[in-house]
Amino acid sequence: MSDEKTGHENGRQAGTILIRRHSVVTRVTHWLNVLCLTALLLSGLQIFNAHPELYWGQYGADGDPAFLTIGSAEDKGGLRGFVRAGGIEVPTTGFLGISSFEGEPTARAFPAWLTIPSDQDLATGRRWHFFFAWLFVINGAAYLRSGFLSGHFRRDLAPRRGQLSASYLWHEIVTHARLRFPEGEEARHYNVLQKLTYLVVIAGFLPMMVLTGLTMSPGVDAAFPALLDLFGGRQTARTIHFITASLLVKFVLVHVAMVVLSGAWNNMRSMITGRYAIRESGPKA
Amino acid sequence: MTTLSRRRFMIGSTLGATVAALAGYGALKQDAGATVLRSAEQLTMRAQRLLQGRGALAREFSEADISPSFRVNGSTMPDSDEYAALLDGKFADWRLKIDGLVVQPREFSLTDLKKLPARTQITRHDCVEGWSAIGKWTGVPLGSLLRSVGLKPSARFAVLHCADELEKTLDGSGRYYESIDLIDAFHPQTILAYAMNGKDLAVGHGAPLRLRVERQLGYKQAKYVMRIEIVDSFGGLWGGSGGYWEDRGYEWYAGI
Repeated sequence: MSDEKTGHENGRQAGTILIRRHSVVTRVTHWLNVLCLTALLLSGLQIFNAHPELYWGQYGADGDPAFLTIGSAEDKGGLRGFVRAGGIEVPTTGFLGISSFEGEPTARAFPAWLTIPSDQDLATGRRWHFFFAWLFVINGAAYLRSGFLSGHFRRDLAPRRGQLSASYLWHEIVTHARLRFPEGEEARHYNVLQKLTYLVVIAGFLPMMVLTGLTMSPGVDAAFPALLDLFGGRQTARTIHFITASLLVKFVLVHVAMVVLSGAWNNMRSMITGRYAIRESGPKA
Repeated sequence: MTTLSRRRFMIGSTLGATVAALAGYGALKQDAGATVLRSAEQLTMRAQRLLQGRGALAREFSEADISPSFRVNGSTMPDSDEYAALLDGKFADWRLKIDGLVVQPREFSLTDLKKLPARTQITRHDCVEGWSAIGKWTGVPLGSLLRSVGLKPSARFAVLHCADELEKTLDGSGRYYESIDLIDAFHPQTILAYAMNGKDLAVGHGAPLRLRVERQLGYKQAKYVMRIEIVDSFGGLWGGSGGYWEDRGYEWYAGI
């Protein structure tokens, strides 16, 4: 890692240095991933809308007990939308089940502003989904290959000795909760909560999305029947696909919040140009 | 180049690339973009065929796994006098025609088909919408029928012409049809089923005969099959995309 002292020409106060934070592979694959996951999520909601119920097991269709339903019903008060899970029904009119499309209350699970394309069009939604699924897999494979070969995973993501002790983790959680972020030398590296979160996403959530997605394919099931045993059926895989997608959405919300809270511009610059400003250790300026 | 201007250049070029990417993203809604999106279908088909080989079988389940109710989808009853008459006669006058690029075009009655060696399989039916149902199908392997008529060297696809019109149109373009290539046509689990869950196929499920092509989605499983035409290309049929749903934007290769 080559650190670069910045002089007066960029107008920065002395004591702040720019370090190279992210490799070009990390940056390019990160932004392609943003593009892919956005397209996959929004087209995925379009696909979900074609049959807005989730089941456990090998089969599941209308009439079979559903784990989750996003539906609509008409009663005296007019159309109402609801989400039903585990015997509990929550009214969601206006957002889920019933939402406005071109000025009309329309029965659809996810609203038009959350789906690609915005009108109900499963065929087009599928084309978007599978195109960006391929791009996502190719991008992910390039990232993984580079991460192993360059030592990025070992150097930057693997927790260091002592970082996994309960007392250290608790300390990190408390300082994060107070929105106090590492400075100086400590800011040169990911903190342990970042490492663990990124590892869960990279090694857990994202591969889970691919595997559960593939398990929904009758063609892939014929090639790899073990996938059906791994997840306990196509409908279970579909349900896990949906749950994992919602976990990824939660990750992105927290991730973006942390980016903003810990220095939006500095973080954004580091993921675009690779350079990240830290305060030099030693006497404070 | 000073650090400042180099950095500006890098930021500027990255932002520029992002804007260009977003513009390209917007353009995907246009026709050229649709072609790009469609390119993934070929990739999917090639990858799946490579991983499957010709013979990989779809999972077969046990009797205990059969869905308590199997959703009737698409047409529930072909709306034509011809079909009504066939149904009235318990399909005694129904004939399956196999023609096109074959050596010896033939017709089969339902009784003929039931006399041929049959295959029974309990498989999962996956609708493109996302639901699945498991059923037991009994029928004649399509491959054995095709061998009995003999294929000409130029044969590439089997087109299944159906009795149902899913969309009422003046020109008949709403008539259901499907096509599969010869790899799927000769796959051991590709059968023309006349029985479901141990009984004659119900009207809602495609009586008297439907296709089961188990490594693909539900819309490939053509119901009310009347005629199988062997062709070298389906480009000249109806919308030219090889099937009713394919003509309406769905993938011809429905393995995912």
